[in-house]
Amino acid sequence: MQGVLGILERLDRRWVFLAMALAVAGPILVMGITRKTLPETPTDASRAVFQAVQSLPRGSTVLLSFDFDPGSAGELEPMGVSMARQCALCGHKMVFISLWPLGGQMIDQTIKKVLRADFPHLQDGVDYVNLGFQAGNEQVMRVVLTDFKRAFPTTKSGRATADLPILSGIQRVGDFALLAEVSAGYPGSKEWVQYVVSASGGKLPMVSGCTGVQTPQLYPYFPGQIRGLLGAIKGAAEYESLINAWVLDPANAAEIASTGADVGVSAVIPPKYLEAQRRMGPQLGAHLLMVVLILLGNVVYLAQRRSQRRAAA
Amino acid sequence: MMRIVAMAIASIAGLVMLLSPFFPDLESVGAQSSEIFNVIAAIAFILGAGSLVKVNLSRIGRRDAGWGYALVTLLCFAITLIVGLGKIGVPPNPQFAATPWAGEKDAAGSAFAWIYEFVLTPITSTMFALLAFYVASAAFRAFRAKNREAMLLLGTAFIVLLGRTFAGVWLTGGLPEWASGLRLENLSMFIMQVFNTAGNRAIIIGIALGVTATSLRILLGIDRSWMGAGGGSA
Amino acid sequence: MVSAEDAAAAGATTASLFTPGKLPLAVAIIVTSGCIIAWMLQARAGAAMYLRRIPALDAVTNAVGRSTEMGRPVLFIAGIQDMDNIQTVAGITVLSHVAKTTAEYDATIEVPTSRSLVMEAAREAVRGSYQAAGRFDAYNADAIRYITDEQFGFVASVSGQMVREKPAACFYMGCFFAESLILAETGNSIGAIQIAGTAESSQLPFFVAACDYTLIGEEFMAASAYLSGAPDQIGSLKGQDAAKVIVATLILLGVVLATIAALNVPQSEAVSRVLESVKGALGS
Repeated sequence: MQGVLGILERLDRRWVFLAMALAVAGPILVMGITRKTLPETPTDASRAVFQAVQSLPRGSTVLLSFDFDPGSAGELEPMGVSMARQCALCGHKMVFISLWPLGGQMIDQTIKKVLRADFPHLQDGVDYVNLGFQAGNEQVMRVVLTDFKRAFPTTKSGRATADLPILSGIQRVGDFALLAEVSAGYPGSKEWVQYVVSASGGKLPMVSGCTGVQTPQLYPYFPGQIRGLLGAIKGAAEYESLINAWVLDPANAAEIASTGADVGVSAVIPPKYLEAQRRMGPQLGAHLLMVVLILLGNVVYLAQRRSQRRAAA
Repeated sequence: MMRIVAMAIASIAGLVMLLSPFFPDLESVGAQSSEIFNVIAAIAFILGAGSLVKVNLSRIGRRDAGWGYALVTLLCFAITLIVGLGKIGVPPNPQFAATPWAGEKDAAGSAFAWIYEFVLTPITSTMFALLAFYVASAAFRAFRAKNREAMLLLGTAFIVLLGRTFAGVWLTGGLPEWASGLRLENLSMFIMQVFNTAGNRAIIIGIALGVTATSLRILLGIDRSWMGAGGGSA
Repeated sequence: MVSAEDAAAAGATTASLFTPGKLPLAVAIIVTSGCIIAWMLQARAGAAMYLRRIPALDAVTNAVGRSTEMGRPVLFIAGIQDMDNIQTVAGITVLSHVAKTTAEYDATIEVPTSRSLVMEAAREAVRGSYQAAGRFDAYNADAIRYITDEQFGFVASVSGQMVREKPAACFYMGCFFAESLILAETGNSIGAIQIAGTAESSQLPFFVAACDYTLIGEEFMAASAYLSGAPDQIGSLKGQDAAKVIVATLILLGVVLATIAALNVPQSEAVSRVLESVKGALGS
């Protein structure tokens, strides 16, 4: 084929790569300079995650399982940060664990970024604790069903969990008020549903944040076994916007302050709590490019078919 | 003889794992079987590391194509091993100040933490980011409306691609309330929650049955091809 | 060790042999396994079993033949999970069949692995296959090697190997995650014929888009039985289908009952009570 169609037919895929780079980099630069984010309309699944944390009595102990590594941090770290932030704002206690080898470091980063930075009044071992990574995948889940401290005998820094005030009322995983799981693959939300939530007879509420490719797998469990679901960076952005809206509402200032948090309610949310919303800009650019590429690919295909039919005729 | 022993171990261990959730007396045996697997996997890592060193040294020795990468692999392996095992740069553990090497290998300020933060994290993030480029080239090459099903698939793809971004809100946000179900973001959710869930449930059920059949064949010793095609079937 | 308190919490006393809460699951396993075993026995007894063609598996021989003609290796990746994952075991069983074909065609096979145990299992499988094919002299243990447990480190190494060595046939059989598209696109760029199989539904779209043939879910699980052609293994596939019919019937029954319960008809209340008691028995 000649002309533009011919060029498209023989297009080197590196031009596609370049177009994608521009589609992603452009919004990053624009949003970085203007400091604006796109508006988010939360879906029911994201609202359910927000409500699940919000509705817990103050002082509840929440189990946060960060089952991801740096490769998926782009999508999942904002979810983890938002979950930790909301728990701290609501005055809940947080027990962090991970079933991925590099998940312990992801927890460290979140604790440093959120809890130590903005909630210095919270004490390690009393209000939150990092139990780190435990090998064994589903076996760990089986053990925590009956004896949580047997599965995690020490914290990441080597302290015995039997001595920790935060775990004084925790015998098994069912004693937690909520399981908030951030999942990149295996082991992840599906295994937690299969081995823990189902085994507990649905008594342990669970909310989950997961990567985009995992979301279709987890929708069958929502809203039954999984009460709320954050799917990909979109879900993270919706959840983030819900928390930011709640923080910025002056009506909630007294409630937040009563937990001991000093969030300095103002019109400006720190950039670290806008990461997911910022990443929706590049997502918009990438998705629009995908639509254009699919359309162009089909234009080429239809032109090829027409010229083949003409040649056959 | 070795094949019979291997099959017996596989069958007995598998049977124990299968029965342990149902019989409380077997629960601890099932747990121990899992722990034995973890120990074996850890020991096997030594074999894997040995293979890694041997193969890469051979490549360097023979000057095969890409032998420079083999050299980089071995250097990185050695450096990370020494830094991790030696706990280089690890600050003392405040709870056990008098005990040397009591700190966490990846404690803040340690060389291992530096490697994690400034080498591993950027590299794995970069590799994950490659997916965006590859999915674009795959979409351009492969998503063709060859038949009715493909056209349906493409239409669904457009709805979900646009519905998951601000573009969907901008395009159909003006629709009246009675037609809000046709807004792209709501359509996208409907597709995910109804059609996608139905399809996924069917695939999950099929896979579960397939896993059951495969496991039974292996546990009963009927399929022994995991020992080599000469193992054949019973 | 499970304490008496935990056993009581699970609905069993320390004296009971069986956990009552797990009864529905036990019944499901017995029924499914019963179907599978019954059909295996029927097949052994000589009953004819029809099996539809699976193009991806029929293409294995052609793919290996292509490698032999082009003088390029066959690349086989058994996923990135360990031997405790059934998909990896299924991948190793397919590897043994592919390795036997490779030995018969005098092609070379490369098997990079992401777990040390998988490396050992793959070596045993390939060695056994080469022995069975009478080509033990051609077996090279170093062709099956461990790379790294790290997902993206593994795919980076394999991608580099693919670009340098340009295998003519690539098999991806096992449990994959995000690296699936990187592997498939790299294989596409070097012009290899690619046959993939996984039960990881999140990765199926990428394999379907980028590979020549894809085994979807249970097709992958059936691959070993299909390639072996052994009657009792084929019988197990029929038993699996029978179990699927039972599941589909139960789903239809549930849909009809739930619909009656939702409608405002005289039987609705009774049907609702039946459904609630079934849900309670299933523990949901």
